[in-house]
Amino acid sequence: MSQAIIELKGVGKSFRSADGTARSVLEGVDLRLVEGEIVALLGQSGSGKSTLLRIMAGLVGVDAGEVSYRRQPLYGPARGVSMVFQSFALFPWLTVQQNVELGLEARGMAPAERARRAEEAIGMIGLAGFEGALPRELSGGMRQRVGIARALVVEPEVLLMDEAFSSLDVLTGERLREDILDLWRGGAMPTKAILVVSHNIEEAVLMADRVLLFASDPGRVRFQLAVQLPRPRDPESAAVRMLVDEVYALMTAGAGRAGRPSAEPVRRSLAERLPEADIVRMEGLLEMLVDDTFGGRADLPRLAEVTELTDDELLPLVQAMSLLELTSVADADLHITRIGREYVAGSHVERQRIFGRQLLAHVPLVAHIRHSLDQEPTGELPEEPFLRLLSESLDAAEAERVMRTAIEWGRHGEVFEYDYRTGLIHLRGDDDVPPERASEE
Amino acid sequence: MTIKTFFPRQVVESTGNRWDWALLPLVLAMLFGLAFAGSQMTRPYAVGQVLPLTLDPWMLPYYLSRTTLRMFIALGASIVFSCVFAVVAANYRAAERVLVPLLDILQSIPILGFLSITVTGFIALFPGNLLGVECAAIFAIFTSQAWNMAFSLYQSIRTVPPELREAARVFQLSAWQRFWRLELPFAMPGLLWNMMMSMSGGWFFVVASEAISVSNQNIKLPGIGSYIALAIEARDLGAIGWAIGAMLIGILLYDQLFFRPLIAWADRFRFEEGSGESAPGSWLLTWLRRTDRVQKMGKALVRPFGRSMAFFKRDHDGTSIRARTLPANPAVARIGDAVLAGAVIFALWWLFGFIHGEVGWGEVAHVFLLGIYTLVRVLVLIGLAALVWVPIGVWIGMSPTWAGRLQAVAQFLAAFPANLMFPVAVLLIVRWQLNPNIWLSPLMVLGTQWYLLFNVIAGASSVPTELRYAARNLDLSGWLKWRRYLLPAVFPSFVTGAITASGGSWNASIVAEYVTWGDTTLQAQGLGSYIAHMTVIGDFPRIALGIGVMCIYVMAMNHFVWRRLYRLAEERMHF
Repeated sequence: MSQAIIELKGVGKSFRSADGTARSVLEGVDLRLVEGEIVALLGQSGSGKSTLLRIMAGLVGVDAGEVSYRRQPLYGPARGVSMVFQSFALFPWLTVQQNVELGLEARGMAPAERARRAEEAIGMIGLAGFEGALPRELSGGMRQRVGIARALVVEPEVLLMDEAFSSLDVLTGERLREDILDLWRGGAMPTKAILVVSHNIEEAVLMADRVLLFASDPGRVRFQLAVQLPRPRDPESAAVRMLVDEVYALMTAGAGRAGRPSAEPVRRSLAERLPEADIVRMEGLLEMLVDDTFGGRADLPRLAEVTELTDDELLPLVQAMSLLELTSVADADLHITRIGREYVAGSHVERQRIFGRQLLAHVPLVAHIRHSLDQEPTGELPEEPFLRLLSESLDAAEAERVMRTAIEWGRHGEVFEYDYRTGLIHLRGDDDVPPERASEE
Repeated sequence: MTIKTFFPRQVVESTGNRWDWALLPLVLAMLFGLAFAGSQMTRPYAVGQVLPLTLDPWMLPYYLSRTTLRMFIALGASIVFSCVFAVVAANYRAAERVLVPLLDILQSIPILGFLSITVTGFIALFPGNLLGVECAAIFAIFTSQAWNMAFSLYQSIRTVPPELREAARVFQLSAWQRFWRLELPFAMPGLLWNMMMSMSGGWFFVVASEAISVSNQNIKLPGIGSYIALAIEARDLGAIGWAIGAMLIGILLYDQLFFRPLIAWADRFRFEEGSGESAPGSWLLTWLRRTDRVQKMGKALVRPFGRSMAFFKRDHDGTSIRARTLPANPAVARIGDAVLAGAVIFALWWLFGFIHGEVGWGEVAHVFLLGIYTLVRVLVLIGLAALVWVPIGVWIGMSPTWAGRLQAVAQFLAAFPANLMFPVAVLLIVRWQLNPNIWLSPLMVLGTQWYLLFNVIAGASSVPTELRYAARNLDLSGWLKWRRYLLPAVFPSFVTGAITASGGSWNASIVAEYVTWGDTTLQAQGLGSYIAHMTVIGDFPRIALGIGVMCIYVMAMNHFVWRRLYRLAEERMHF
């Protein structure tokens, strides 16, 4: 077996939320990054995969378990580990050349040697001619090339890529991915292992030798998938398509209960992480699903292609619709349910009524808020107690996000209303005109 | 291969280009002027000696150079102070908890307060030399410049985007490298803006800091401020006119020769991209960039700085045991808290004794009442200024051709020391037998109202074009247009302007509520005139009391009014 460069053993990490309770984001993660492999981490947003990457980069310390780099315990960023950032993280006041030289300068390398190496890296990644440009003069793709050159010029053993292509358009992202893979195959870079954090399933399958699927709350490796296809891989080939399908199926498993009637019913908790799904998008997706193109049943990879949604945009929608039992998922296929068909056929008023009914039935948080409001003689409650309830098991930002989603859904389903300025949730007034409009300003 | 025959090559080939030659007289003149003014600062001096000073307008260039030199030395000191403060406060939590509130308090202490407490000490520091008095004056200017710069730098360092911080750590930047490569560049635009504001603030108090008449001292250092003080004593309106002219030229000169090139150069540090604003230009910077020699000299100056980067590098990475962070010891934190609490309790006890023994509780109540008078003045005047300037600012901001031109004028007016207009006010009030309690008040906002104006102009000109089209398309007009569209659109920038204007007005009240012209002294009932009066008498306990009460008012205003409005603006009224 080849040598492990970075090794994690039983790693756990928790963050302290605003009220002082610790919330676990990672638990019992074992991971060996060995020489000569590319590993991809896949998971929903908030599953802790970015935290894991930062632990390997030495940016975040762990609460439990061990992290070692070449059998040495790791206490901070190691010289042999380099990173490419989602937002590029270029220093906007430095030229392309100065940005690339940054890591070399930090090591105290002489200016002439520095310039030589930087030029080499700049040439290798196809940036020659842009040495004197400021990052703001470059397009997104060119900027990320600077980011890659900056990471490679320090000759790292391990290259960490944190969603490096996700803020680029699809075409540019593919191009840069090919750049990296060409360098990897050609042996032009000294890097011995690459770890890619991604939310793009196809990207992961095309790049990696191993794909790790992450589960959330707390984050842990749920599934491991070896990809033993020769490179270069063709995204249209049957083998790749099959793997992509398989990963989709694994990732959406458990998204909706209806898909697996035999499975033990999951007890939904009040503080469940509601998927951040936009209502208009859900409606659009449902309508497309009953359309002639799909006829009520859609293959998820194909759906992603047709809708031009990325995986981290599509999957929350699928989750949300399945949660509300408007759709169900079985083996990477999305099916519309009877309720879903009713929803699509209805007018706006009927749709909102159905949405509200499903919310009360399947989203405990919304049901709880409604129940509490019904108990109040004034029909009015501040949002804080609900937020506090959520932050018992979620961190503050996450709790806030879940609360926003619950409020947006609740408003759409006409379950309750919300006043931004006062932070009060209240029952709907009898007439259609919201009562406090007049009091504005 | 590198060329090692550096010297002959210089003589034979590189004699500089024509830009070098054009710049030469300018550089020489500036160096000569600075050297002369500097040599005058260390002359022998005995306490009580009267320095020669005339109202001859031909001496004004000399006085101007002395004043400008003082202001730039103070600015340099402020920059160093800001860097040290910001780095320490941003990196050490324990220090942050003490330093930030401390700066908050220092910021609300009026400059005369500092001067009266420190001037004797400075004179004692350099016995028999003018340098001590110079230091006191420079320190007084420093106190009118440093605080907002330090805050701006600290805030910027705190808000460096996390991914840039992570990049700096991954690429092994040491603390020294991080400060020069990441933190300072990121903070540069804000710091520069605050430097300009500080320079204006310095001009405002130039009279008070040069003509030192506190704690029974009466020293007039050669400079524009003393010239003005002398003119006021001699009731010479013509001389005041000359001083105004000289000051205008001075402000214009350092704007063109110093700030403009600096701002144009600092454009690369702009973090957000492509806001559509055209890059600021400066003829001097363009000129400097075309020179050959000056460029070389600049590079030679920067080279040691580059070497320092290599010198102060990180000597270990994350695999070293030295990178291990020990878990914070709760006992240490608790001891720190206990010490702090002890100090606070002791200070309270001491303060109680001080008030009880030295000034008496009746006096405290009286000073708080005076504070309310000044508070009412500040609020009413800011309100009036808003009524006047918001509509005008919106109108100017909405017409792009005027916005650019008039915004520069408004900034210039803000830099202009309004206290030069005070003698005129005194003359008018005496002539018409007006009530000073009412008619001295407008002087407080004379200088600070411009902050309102140019912030509103900036806010109105940044209203998105589509929103303007939508408003026109919907035929919004009259009160509805103001209530639903224009006022909310400029609200955030109005609040920013009002915060600056209100802070400035409190500070200005010390000068504005107590105005002298020759031997006529007009006084309005208020906290400012109380402090000014006590400073003239040299009554330390009462100066301290007045300053303390002003601090309390300013901080309470910030906390209960401005911070809330600011948050409201942040949350609801932005594009």
